[in-house]
Amino acid sequence: MKIAAQARELLRRDTTWPFLVPRRRAVDVSHQVILYIEGLSVSFDGFQALNDLNLYVNDGELRCLIGANGAGKTTLMDVITGKTRCDSGSAWFGRNIDLLAHDEAEIAQLGIGRKFQKPTVFEAHTVFANLELSLGGGKGVWSALTAALTGEQRDRIDRVLETIGLAKARHQLAGALSHGQKQWLEIGMLLVAEPRLLLIDEPVAGMTAEEAERTAELLTSLAGEHTVIVVEHDMEFVRSIARTVTVLHQGSVLAEGTMDQVQNNPDVIEVYLGEGA
Amino acid sequence: MTFAENTRSLFAGVAGALAQLHQPGRGSSLLVVILFGVTLLMSAANLMLPQDSVFYVSTYSITLMGKYLCFAMLAMAVDIVWGYCGILSLGHGAFFALGGYGMGMYLMRQIGDRGVYGNPELPDFMVFLNWQELPWYWYGMEHFWFAMAMALLVPGLLAFVFGWLAFRSRVTGVFLSIMTQALTYALMLAFFRNEMGFGGNNGLTDFKDILGFDLQADGTRVALLLITAALLALAFLASRAIVQSRFGRVVVAVRDAEARARFLGYRTERYKVWLFVYSALVAAVAGMLYVPQVGIINPGEFSPLNSIEIVVWVAVGGRGTLYGAIAGALLVNYAKTRFTAAMPDGWLFALGALFVAVTVLLPKGLAGLLQRSGTKGAEKPRENDTGKVPAGVAHAGEAGA
Repeated sequence: MKIAAQARELLRRDTTWPFLVPRRRAVDVSHQVILYIEGLSVSFDGFQALNDLNLYVNDGELRCLIGANGAGKTTLMDVITGKTRCDSGSAWFGRNIDLLAHDEAEIAQLGIGRKFQKPTVFEAHTVFANLELSLGGGKGVWSALTAALTGEQRDRIDRVLETIGLAKARHQLAGALSHGQKQWLEIGMLLVAEPRLLLIDEPVAGMTAEEAERTAELLTSLAGEHTVIVVEHDMEFVRSIARTVTVLHQGSVLAEGTMDQVQNNPDVIEVYLGEGA
Repeated sequence: MTFAENTRSLFAGVAGALAQLHQPGRGSSLLVVILFGVTLLMSAANLMLPQDSVFYVSTYSITLMGKYLCFAMLAMAVDIVWGYCGILSLGHGAFFALGGYGMGMYLMRQIGDRGVYGNPELPDFMVFLNWQELPWYWYGMEHFWFAMAMALLVPGLLAFVFGWLAFRSRVTGVFLSIMTQALTYALMLAFFRNEMGFGGNNGLTDFKDILGFDLQADGTRVALLLITAALLALAFLASRAIVQSRFGRVVVAVRDAEARARFLGYRTERYKVWLFVYSALVAAVAGMLYVPQVGIINPGEFSPLNSIEIVVWVAVGGRGTLYGAIAGALLVNYAKTRFTAAMPDGWLFALGALFVAVTVLLPKGLAGLLQRSGTKGAEKPRENDTGKVPAGVAHAGEAGA
């Protein structure tokens, strides 16, 4: 049965065989939409983490995802970045790249960067080396053996160091940075690869108010050139950066709109904001 | 090319290698230079001084030193995967032994009709087992180049297949360690069988000569020691180049945060497989050099205990530093030689106690102790002037080699 289905898939006339499609190609955003998520469902041992979720994100947008714990925010990121396989549905990056057909490394090379909930940097390396390793381009084993930084790459690292405010700490070991600095370094590691889409999971967790403010500035300045999707619990923070907010609830989209629209949505008040507000 | 030109190019090569060793901030290479110097002195003392001289070095010591250097190379191989990539291999003895068996098969074929049974074609143990002809996998092993190629190819291929299967399935941590342990144990059981055609539990021994040189002669012994020292230095330089390249930085990144590296676009399993293969090859070379010097290879080399001992050497010396692994192997093995002579039964207890003591008191091994005392002075500027660390210090910290 499975073989027959695979054979049928292979003989479809409306698609190109996967091995004929170049693995690395530019994303096609001619319809202004960079991320199409349609009918996505994921379940773990009977728990429905994502339930027929639909989401469209425009190119250059800054989108906030909010939702209670277990609403499926992190699972959605896992599916987009290739960590988790979905049961059904589709996820396309632009019009031409099927995200479900790629693994984590390929998706990263296609231009989707992801920041983890817990700041994850290479602690045994210097800040500079962290950024060096995050540069886009060849990630192969053999090219890494002989890789040397070009002047242009150095400049890019310097620019990112300025952007994330770590220019003075460039030779410090990343493990010696403060929590907030690690968060920034991780964002910088995404930036230096020049991704099209940034998925940022709880960027201000554990930050002071001042640090959070600077992070908000950083993220808003990124939108436009990059598309940014932010998952955050901190409502103040979301209000300060978001133009469009998507509320997830039990694995599907509950509401979408500006912060004010969402906050006045009766469904949202009932299931999510109602508890806190 | 004339002889003079030859020697000149040889000297230029050695000088170049020495110049490379002497890079600023690379104190680690000092150990290798010292080691090489000691080896040279020992060799000269053995060959040129009369036996009754105070400075005469016995051939026994020469062979012992050669053995230690092989172990140092093996420890370095384990350190490359464990210290830099966090892959705790408890089965590296397998690659060492396979390399050794490759060399052993060549040496067996060199015996010719000088064996006990005088059979020009078959090694003694095959005559003893009433075998009529050479098994197919012994074909070609009488050629040195072919035997050496096989001694590298077989462990390399085994490491590749094993690593590819394990790392692609994302097996990590203690599960991987247990699998490596099972690998070497399975090989030990297989090599113990007479039907395998590798001499069963007696292994391969009674070697006569290598490339036509008598293995018992002092000159051959010294030459083997010098070759071992040279290859150790070469392996050290190659390994250092690897861990200081971007490849090496990726490998350390994989050790500390594999998921992060993967989401940056690195295929971490490929990095791990190739590092594992490289490490297996270094271990195999160590095994190839070990066998002609000790004169025997048997399935005991595959025993899991041996592989665990290697890990102890690395832990004592300091994992994550190449010179630490070398120093650890030399020190522990010297202690073992002394200890087993004085108190044969006590050695395993001493080894266990050493491991516990190092784990508790010196988590970074002896190299960590050196670094701690060494960076006390160097750490100062870092505190005064945030971030502006002299490039040398930053690099030493980052590479740690």
